[in-house]
Amino acid sequence: MIRFILLQNRQGKTRLAKYYVPLEDSEKHKVEYEVHRLVVNRDPKFTNFVEFRTHKVIYRRYAGLFFSLCVDITDNELAYLECIHLFVEILDHFFSNVCELDLVFNFHKVLVYLILDEFILAGELQETSKRAIIERMGELEKLE
Amino acid sequence: MALSGMRGLSVFISDVRNCQNKEQERLRVDKELGNVRTRFKNEKGLSPYEKKKYVWKMLYIYMLGYDVDFGHMEAVSLISAPKYPEKQVGYIVTACLLNENHDFLRLAINTVRNDIIGRNETFQCLALTLVGNIGGREFAESLAADVQKLLISSSCRPLVRKKAALCLLRLYRKNPDVVNVDGWADRMAQLLDERDLGVLTSSMSLLVALVSNNHEAYWSCLPKCVKTLERLARNQDIPQEYTYYGIPSPWLQVKTMRALQYFPTVEDPNTRRSLFEVLQRILMGTDVVKNVNKNNASHAVLFEALALVMHLDAEKEMMSQCVALLGKFIAVREPNIRYLGLENMTRMLMVTDVQDIIKRHQAQIITSLKDPDISIRRRALDLLYGMCDVSNAKDIVEELLQYLSSADFAMREELSLKAAILAEKFAPDLSWYVDVILQLIDKAGDFVSDDIWFRVVQFVTNNEDLQSYAAAKAREYLNKPAIHETMVKVSAYILGEYGHLLARRPGYSPKELFTIIHEKHPTVSTSTIPILLSSYAKILMHTQPPEPELQNQIWTIFNKYESCIDVEIQQRAAEYFALSRKGASLMDILAEMPKFPERQSALIRKAEDAEVDTAEQSAIKLRAQQQMSTALVVTDQRPPNGMPAQPSIGPLSLVKVPSETVDSQNPGDQGLTHPNGVVYKEDPQPPSQDIIGDLLGTLSIEGPPGAVAQSPQSATYEAEGAPSAADAAALVPVGEESGSVQPIGNINERFYALCLKDSGVLYEDPNIQIGIKAEWRAHQGRLVLFLGNKNTASLGSVQALILPPTHLKMELSLVPETIPPRAQVQCPLEVMNLRPSRDVAVLDFSYKFGPTMVNVKLRLPAVLNKFLQPITVSPEEFFPQWRSLSGPPLKLQEVVRGVRPLPLPEMANLFNTYRLTVCPGLDPNPNNLVASTTFYSETTRAMLCLVSSQLFIESSTL
Repeated sequence: MIRFILLQNRQGKTRLAKYYVPLEDSEKHKVEYEVHRLVVNRDPKFTNFVEFRTHKVIYRRYAGLFFSLCVDITDNELAYLECIHLFVEILDHFFSNVCELDLVFNFHKVLVYLILDEFILAGELQETSKRAIIERMGELEKLE
Repeated sequence: MALSGMRGLSVFISDVRNCQNKEQERLRVDKELGNVRTRFKNEKGLSPYEKKKYVWKMLYIYMLGYDVDFGHMEAVSLISAPKYPEKQVGYIVTACLLNENHDFLRLAINTVRNDIIGRNETFQCLALTLVGNIGGREFAESLAADVQKLLISSSCRPLVRKKAALCLLRLYRKNPDVVNVDGWADRMAQLLDERDLGVLTSSMSLLVALVSNNHEAYWSCLPKCVKTLERLARNQDIPQEYTYYGIPSPWLQVKTMRALQYFPTVEDPNTRRSLFEVLQRILMGTDVVKNVNKNNASHAVLFEALALVMHLDAEKEMMSQCVALLGKFIAVREPNIRYLGLENMTRMLMVTDVQDIIKRHQAQIITSLKDPDISIRRRALDLLYGMCDVSNAKDIVEELLQYLSSADFAMREELSLKAAILAEKFAPDLSWYVDVILQLIDKAGDFVSDDIWFRVVQFVTNNEDLQSYAAAKAREYLNKPAIHETMVKVSAYILGEYGHLLARRPGYSPKELFTIIHEKHPTVSTSTIPILLSSYAKILMHTQPPEPELQNQIWTIFNKYESCIDVEIQQRAAEYFALSRKGASLMDILAEMPKFPERQSALIRKAEDAEVDTAEQSAIKLRAQQQMSTALVVTDQRPPNGMPAQPSIGPLSLVKVPSETVDSQNPGDQGLTHPNGVVYKEDPQPPSQDIIGDLLGTLSIEGPPGAVAQSPQSATYEAEGAPSAADAAALVPVGEESGSVQPIGNINERFYALCLKDSGVLYEDPNIQIGIKAEWRAHQGRLVLFLGNKNTASLGSVQALILPPTHLKMELSLVPETIPPRAQVQCPLEVMNLRPSRDVAVLDFSYKFGPTMVNVKLRLPAVLNKFLQPITVSPEEFFPQWRSLSGPPLKLQEVVRGVRPLPLPEMANLFNTYRLTVCPGLDPNPNNLVASTTFYSETTRAMLCLVSSQLFIESSTL
């Protein structure tokens, strides 16, 4: 199960955080700080997995952005690693080559949250078809 | 979209980004927060649109890392807005800002429920998403029924149903009672027929959670999972949009195989066959490709398949494919794959008997222990820990010690705990164990927990041979200029107790010992002082005749501490001072510490209890727990002597094992050539489980719980005792119980298991474990008996006598009369088969532990089928040979009536494990099975044997 998802830049600014376990705000800040420290200095030649407390973080870096998923020790690492990539591919569809600024300046467009909620729910994968998610976004847009 | 045209927010975001420094940013954010707060406070009649604007700003500020401790109410209230744009923002912001423990969330339950049961699909989706992401127990209790309805509703779009599936999963995790097993199992099975892969993916996650708690209720889902997996693996009827880099949804494949790992076995032979075909395909058909994403996705599937194969304890051939693959992976450069190779090899050790093959990779694994990536180092450490046994303990522990000095701080504690446990479990001799622990304390004192040094003190106390050695070692370390405080504690304790044993050596006079210990006194903390005081008192007591100068020195110290603020120190000082004036009676009071009762290592327990927090229990752990559950702990001994407080060292010193019924009957028939020999196939656990647990537990002080525990199959065994007798399935009377020492595990089952494989445990009780390893060539065999003393005291009067039947010539090498504490003795046994016979050799084994004499008679697995060598024959050879054999005694025929026939694939498997080669296609009748093999004995030399099994379905006569 995914415990939380973080999108952070290299300086450690959190651009998106989604928690599927109940954490207090102070704990969230701590987690975000620790995860950033854990992944930011890792050599690109290292594994994409790193232990974090009693769980593990699966992360991947795209340009200046770190996508990190915290999952159970027993979970399938590579499946979650590709889950990150699929998410990035979906974001790319909307932002054509997503970058940090997209996330910042399009913050008010809700889009990223809506996409994430169609993709992952309750800490589990909900939909793996890019087309299904893109179509759903189209539907939601019409509701405006 | 929803918020387009919110200029205020865009301006605010730009402002924040243009801030030169953190201070400016904070000022800007505070200003905005103040603004929002006033709006919320003053303008009661805020329109939903305005509320939305401010709530959204709050979320942005929250994302920047600032505390937002107001406005929750406004966010929650937006949920009940009538229009979509506001409602949507209400739901999204609530899900981000609040968690299930917030009171405000409870206020929203009714609104959320109305959205779920309402007609508006969009609102349903919003509500399900909120509940799925942050719903708590109250939500579970009031909404589960409605969510279940949506999930199975035929009128809802897949869009809603996949959300309902995962929402229900969340609610189930919060409160498992909300899903009623009786009513839901069938529904769950129906859900797996779903055409829409989005719904199926979500439903599969739900199933994993359900089966992890209760696999029995969901049996009917098993064949459907296999079908799903087949469909995916063969890419049949999978829409293009659900393939990822050409691979049919790797995520659904992984989830499906995960679900399958919670079912203990796959009984239906057809389902089993299909499953194995698919798994075989995945194992063999996964190639390394250039595209990273494709490669990762296919290997995600491959690693899950490996886990499933291990779980199913597949045929030997498939298992060795797995080991071969893993062996390849741990040597590749690609770090992710290497990491997973190491991780899965460790898992493999937990389920199956592959230690020997894995040992071949030891050098490679040690290289990974030095990898620059800590993730890989951790996996390598786990694996080395798991694969360690008596044969490689010295190498591995020394590697760990060497690595300790350069290891990251993050790993040192784990590293030293693991090294300590391995040294304890597999020490070839106890002085080595003492060396290792002292080195550990020396190199990484800060990371050595109290348990570790308590344990070494227990060993030294319980083993007289060790005491002067340990004292000399402790003295050596005290010579070093700077030592860790833990080292001061352990050295002071040991020298106080046993320093006097070395009094004649130069440098060990009481005065010198006192001086060298007392030198460390200024550097230690209050927790160490009491130990030093005890040590001084003991030194004083051993000083005969008394030396006034030393006495005065020590008394001064006692005097000084009599007014210490620490109660423990004060009391010791006062008491020792008073006692040491009593002269001779001091000898009795301060005499040597008595021996500690044998008990499970607190260290080992600590390692086993390591906290794991996963949404679903791991399948491997589940199995281990099921095996432990029947152990009865009957004593709870408190340590009688006053070691520094050690409440964590637990009992488990005596595990009572239910006694076994031993059937005695027809000693001639071994049941080996008889298909009904497989009496235990109904067992919930394959028998090998227990044996592996035992192997891993070799020579632990007391086996880990897995080894001591009586596994459930012995209970089943008792229950089946009667019917198996009726089957004439041949159990020979062995393993008499003698004295009060009870065997651990079922002797008969251990024997049967060894008839089919070549290494494992033959016998085990609380004192000793006898393992066997065998190699067979033609009519000769070489067995090695491993006699492992599990105690910290010696076993005496050891005798091993072989009672060979007339057809076997057996020679056992010399067995030593005593087995030293925790040592393992290897005794080779040569076997030669003179002529065919079904008699069995018996090992008459006895030893003495304390006053108790233990004697057991154990059948040795030198049975007929060990002298078989598989051979394949062509039809041209088979039938003429078959026909040339006219009748008894060369050709025997037996008709077994009225039995439910074994399915053919199982029969074939059975033949293969007996080393009879099944020759498929030789007999045109598909119901018949033909097999061949060569039998070797000295008189017959190689002799071709042919078997034909024919199945007749009799029509009922009534």
